[in-house]
Amino acid sequence: MLKFLFPLVLFIVLAIFLALGLNLHPNEIPSPLVDKVAPVFSAPKLQTPEQKLTPADLKGKVWLFNVWASWCVSCRSEHPILNQMAKTKTAVIVGLNYKDEPEDAKNWLSQLGNPYDVSIMDQDGRIGIDYGVYGVPETFVIDKQGVIRYKHTGPVTAEDVQKVFLPWIAKLQAEN
Amino acid sequence: MKKLCLVFLLIFSGSVFAISEYRKFDNLDQQKVYENLISELRCLVCQNQTIGDSNAELAADLRRQVYEMIEQGKSKQDIVQFMIDRYGDFVLYNPQFKAKTGLLWLGPVLFLLIGLTTVFLFVQRKKTAARQNSLAEQGDDNKEKAEKLAKVRNLLEKGDLS
Repeated sequence: MLKFLFPLVLFIVLAIFLALGLNLHPNEIPSPLVDKVAPVFSAPKLQTPEQKLTPADLKGKVWLFNVWASWCVSCRSEHPILNQMAKTKTAVIVGLNYKDEPEDAKNWLSQLGNPYDVSIMDQDGRIGIDYGVYGVPETFVIDKQGVIRYKHTGPVTAEDVQKVFLPWIAKLQAEN
Repeated sequence: MKKLCLVFLLIFSGSVFAISEYRKFDNLDQQKVYENLISELRCLVCQNQTIGDSNAELAADLRRQVYEMIEQGKSKQDIVQFMIDRYGDFVLYNPQFKAKTGLLWLGPVLFLLIGLTTVFLFVQRKKTAARQNSLAEQGDDNKEKAEKLAKVRNLLEKGDLS
């Protein structure tokens, strides 16, 4: 009896581990920044480089911080989704133009539409390091107090917007 | 042949694949800390390379960050903490020992213990099985002898009746 039971149990345990392994996303590294105050920066705006933006300027607003670049292929796939989201005006969308050429970035926005209320430039990737950016696109949801509440790695899909982003934004808008 | 060997040695020599930029340090200690750190921090884009091994852009940026922090006189611990604050424990190839990483560190010991226990139990079972077998065999031998003796005694007492 035990002779048959042992391989069976072994098989079941192995199958469970493999099934769990299939559903893991090793590319998604949990960010230690969630529930921490958004790192401070003071960066030139893409369209008007003489003006600077800091997180303090956005105090009292719920904002999305979307890391993008014109060289980033999957940013292209999430771009229409962001455009749609921008139309609803549920939250301020701030873009972090990460390690990009300003000219390329501006062309990209004029061709594909500009969902961002404002984009800032991070040409040498220092703001990216402060936000733990390791793969573009990434999107942070930041509350009225300037605390990062959620981080999304990879392109935002329409499903993500409905199931994750809109509920988060609604929740944070209701907070003080 | 010798020439060919030389060519191959040159092609595959480590320096060809080294991608780290030239860095100037004030002293040897700083250089050691730098080399130590870039071989301990994970490149998060490639995930199975250190930032010293990887030529991803992020790795280059992180090497620059490490270099600048060393230049500013930051300690190794400061720099490691800086990276953990931003990228989490995953950035370290040698994660620190804490509740969250405990299984990672103790897992191998646990599996070793499970393995040793299994081997011990297995050997133990084999041993008892062997002992029982030999006892049984001895039992069989004795039985056979007794039967033979009885036969002989029978023959002696009653004579061959066949």
